[in-house]
Amino acid sequence: MPSALPEGDPAPRDGVLPESALSGLGSRRFGLYMHVPFCVVRCGYCDFNTYTASELGDDPGASRTSYHRAVIHELNLARKVLGADAPPADTVFFGGGTPTLLTPEQFDAVLTVVRDEFGLAPDAEITTEANPDSIGADSLRRLRDSGITRISFGMQSAVPHVLATLDRTHDPERVPRVMDWAREAGFDHVSLDLIYGTPGESMADWRTSLDAALDTRPDHISAYSLIVEPGTALAQRVRRGELAAPDDDDLADKYQLADEVLGARGLAWYEVSNWARAPAARCRHNEIYWTGGDWWGAGPGAHSHVGGVRWWNVKHPAAYAARLAEDRSPAYAREILDDEVRRMERVLLELRLSDGLSLSVLDPAGVRAAARQTEAGNLEPAALDRGRAVLTCRGRLLADAVVRDLLP
Amino acid sequence: MIRNFCIIAHIDHGKSTLADRMLQLTGVVEGRQMREQYLDRMDIERERGITIKSQAVRLPWTATAGEGAGQTYVLNMIDTPGHVDFTYEVSRSLAACEGAVLVVDAAQGIEAQTLANLYLAIDADLHLIPVLNKIDLPGAQPEKYAAELAHIIGCDAGDVIRVSAKTGEGVEHLLNEIVAQVSPPVGDADAPSRAMIFDSIYDTYRGVVTYVRVIDGKLSHRERIKMMSTGAVHEMLEVGVIAPEPTKAQEIGVGEVGYLITGVKDVRQSRVGDTVTSSVNGATHALPGYRHPNPMVYAGLYPIDGDDYPALRDALDRLQLNDAALMFEPETSGALGFGFRCGFLGLLHMEIVRERLEREFDLDLISTSPNAVYRVEMEDGTEFEVTNPSEFPGGSGGSSPQKGTSPTGKVAAVYEPVVHATIISPSDYIGSIMELCQGRRGSLLGMDYLSAERVELRYTVPLAEIVFDFFDQLKSRTKGYGSLDYEPTGEEPADLVKVDIMLHGETVDAFSAIVHRDSAYSYGVSLARKLKELIPRQQFEVPIQAAIGSRIIARETVRAMRKDVLAKCYGGDITRKRKLLERQKEGKKRMKTVGRVEVPQEAFIAALSTGGTPEKGK
Ligand SMILES: Nc1nc2c(ncn2[C@@H]2O[C@H](COP(=O)(O)OP(=O)(O)OP(=O)(O)O)[C@@H](O)[C@H]2O)c(=O)[nH]1
Ligand SMILES: C[S@@+](CC[C@H](N)C(=O)[O-])C[C@H]1O[C@@H](n2cnc3c(N)ncnc32)[C@H](O)[C@@H]1O
Ligand code: SF4
Ligand SMILES: [Mg+2]
Repeated sequence: MPSALPEGDPAPRDGVLPESALSGLGSRRFGLYMHVPFCVVRCGYCDFNTYTASELGDDPGASRTSYHRAVIHELNLARKVLGADAPPADTVFFGGGTPTLLTPEQFDAVLTVVRDEFGLAPDAEITTEANPDSIGADSLRRLRDSGITRISFGMQSAVPHVLATLDRTHDPERVPRVMDWAREAGFDHVSLDLIYGTPGESMADWRTSLDAALDTRPDHISAYSLIVEPGTALAQRVRRGELAAPDDDDLADKYQLADEVLGARGLAWYEVSNWARAPAARCRHNEIYWTGGDWWGAGPGAHSHVGGVRWWNVKHPAAYAARLAEDRSPAYAREILDDEVRRMERVLLELRLSDGLSLSVLDPAGVRAAARQTEAGNLEPAALDRGRAVLTCRGRLLADAVVRDLLP
Repeated sequence: MIRNFCIIAHIDHGKSTLADRMLQLTGVVEGRQMREQYLDRMDIERERGITIKSQAVRLPWTATAGEGAGQTYVLNMIDTPGHVDFTYEVSRSLAACEGAVLVVDAAQGIEAQTLANLYLAIDADLHLIPVLNKIDLPGAQPEKYAAELAHIIGCDAGDVIRVSAKTGEGVEHLLNEIVAQVSPPVGDADAPSRAMIFDSIYDTYRGVVTYVRVIDGKLSHRERIKMMSTGAVHEMLEVGVIAPEPTKAQEIGVGEVGYLITGVKDVRQSRVGDTVTSSVNGATHALPGYRHPNPMVYAGLYPIDGDDYPALRDALDRLQLNDAALMFEPETSGALGFGFRCGFLGLLHMEIVRERLEREFDLDLISTSPNAVYRVEMEDGTEFEVTNPSEFPGGSGGSSPQKGTSPTGKVAAVYEPVVHATIISPSDYIGSIMELCQGRRGSLLGMDYLSAERVELRYTVPLAEIVFDFFDQLKSRTKGYGSLDYEPTGEEPADLVKVDIMLHGETVDAFSAIVHRDSAYSYGVSLARKLKELIPRQQFEVPIQAAIGSRIIARETVRAMRKDVLAKCYGGDITRKRKLLERQKEGKKRMKTVGRVEVPQEAFIAALSTGGTPEKGK
């Protein structure tokens, strides 16, 4: 079951943004996110806004085949709202759901509109998520031809019983194959997503997954601790006692192992859950999220942020398509962030990065808290001397507690 | 033509329901207005189905049989509470009457408060009318219990009046018997007026309403009256009778029960037990008063939100206006902040006060576990009273209360209050009851058979042992048939120690408890274990220790928290993440910091709420 959207202020029908949000547009990095809300089956742990064919039924508005038309409609609207000053996109990200369920023609159609309406920066990063299952050598070549530059595969684990618990249908053997195909197709940037802490996963299992992932030579890895999201099938199984709830100590041990193993094989952390072989291999699109950049999220349930205004679209593909058919903004609600909230967000986002947070963002009590946290081993002493709060490995595991301490 | 009587009984034997039938039969409450337990007016009484405050009502009754048939009498009836915490309400009511209707449930027979109230009535020299109620119940055994009742009061089983307060059967006969048996008040109508205050309540609209029984003379509207204990003179704004709503009158005469309003704003100026007389040509000798009820247990009450402290003080002030038994004084706890040490008559009283504070004054409260009052004699001859564990000598330091920091000299002896407990139960359970009482440091005083199958056991037991879960234990050991009454009988020396709980080396005063040396270990172990579950993991390891003085008797550890981070942070997670952070920061405000350890309010509440299972009243 997709999780509920936050509440917020009503969003205007025409999607118009306040003047304040538009000023400075173009001086910040700008990205586009396309949410593709379709999956073949729903994994038990997943609460993303995604729907299987049977969940969508035969509502024409919600159909996968007409999906790109609604998204294109929204991109036209975005261009209108952002105006003539809209900068070319530095990044484009197709996320899901399972974006690779779109046909090559749909990718082409969307990317053509992106080029026409916004243009692409010279070395734009264009990523798509992909399931090892729903992709092959041909389609990877086609994606590369469409202009996609980066692929992120949902590997999750290399251990069959872990994959089974996660309801992942792919054969672990398939991951090295799709990685090879991706490189053959000309992708320089290939990333793998991993999940650790699945019930029943031993330390050795996790080590196996890390090694298997590294053996395929990705230039980027995201490793997430399993979150038991409320309302999911996984949550229900945990509640019934069929599966053990993830244990914080086990998750901490696995995080430390990941940081060690990835580091030893040349991937350095640059965000709490992300490691890259080189700064150039980092996900620039996600960096926009974490550094207060602007992005327009198109598609059902997609979130956007432009100049201190956050908004999010209606969730259901049918409701989304219906809004756009009426030439209405698909935004469900929005919030206009005041200075204090923006400061809070900077702290909670930038502290997660290896570049860290400038102490100048903190108030005097926050600076004192940073000194305390350094003392406690959660922040790097050397960075603190340079005026930045940078988490240690131990501190990354306690990042939320550190953020609470740094904020009033 | 006046008859003053009260209805007394064990809890739930049907006093208030019997009063209902009397209200109806005498026509003072019409059928339409009637509701069950009419006189239980407070919400909390109605919800719990128990009487907390006595209620006096005047009933005009034209006798339908006997010598006075056809004549109209004025009956002043007082319905009383049955729970042991409110025994003092019963004593006050008895002093305003010449007769007492002793009600016994015909399906239950005599129980502990039946005896307790019977003895109170005998002490007050009242004429007793034994009544078996609930004869409509299929399980009623009127023959058997009439014999039991006759046996203990020394009358003939045939004199026991049988009624059903539910159907009304026998109630008319009972009213006629009250007229015939209870003697009219004797007092001197021409003597200087003297009236006994038996209740005094604060009413938002009318100020203090004082309930009196006139012993001599009369009290009239517009007269100036004097409180004999203080000599204070007040203008009488209104006199009247309760019938059953307050009804103004020109005067209330000798032997009558009624109310007066003088415009005073504080019930303490119109104290229960005081004598009212006329300001000119008044009486010179006051009537014997009542003993003021002393609190039996003390506990700290703290607002969960520290900003509510002034509101709590005002609320306690207001409640005290109607509840002379409630005591309180400010205290400060290192862990809980500013609050009040409150004295209560028992755990039901405590529960009711707390519930009223929360409901009527919209406060969120936390209470420490209740304790008895201890008297400590030091070797240097000084002595003092301990109503709060932190005042107990020989603590292990840490935060101490505002008043009476614990003295440092050597303790010569500690005395704890003991009660005289009466337990009535079917004789099958004697063994189990004795085991219970022994485990609670009780000593057997005696045992009597009320009938072949029912027995009365008398024990001396430390108050601290009886006041908490004893009653629940008794009920479960006797399959619900056992009943308990107790009254304070003094104090005894005891081997008591203070157990302190330390978090990360800091004593948490709210968890300190005075316990018998033999139970100190199990208290320490169980509280430390409970806290281990309740205290969230911190960034560092937190030892939880229980100690007597400097000796550690139990130890648990809350391991350091190692993970507190959400793994994913996509664009769509930011708003949610920020909102979560805001909630967590809000939650942090509700945390109390003990040394460096953050303890959520909920942990205090959970750890303290099970310190003793309050006796549920029935
Ligand atoms: N069947 C039956 N039930 C009765 C009778 N009298 C009272 N009850 C029930 O017994 C319960 C207790 O009655 P109350 O009148 O509240 O008893 P009480 O003695 O005033 O109780 P406290 O004030 O708490 O001491 C209620 O549920 C009544 O309905 C009766 O004659 N017959
Ligand atoms: C946007 S999601 C979905 C991408 C793609 N549909 C897939 O599942 O591979 C990206 C990643 O989030 C991670 N993820 C999703 N749900 C998670 C959960 N409940 N706990 C931890 N990680 C999760 C998975 O690693 C997943 O690959
Ligand atoms: S494939 Fe990815 S988006 Fe789809 S249900 Fe599974 S985890 Fe969720
Ligand atoms: Mg009652």
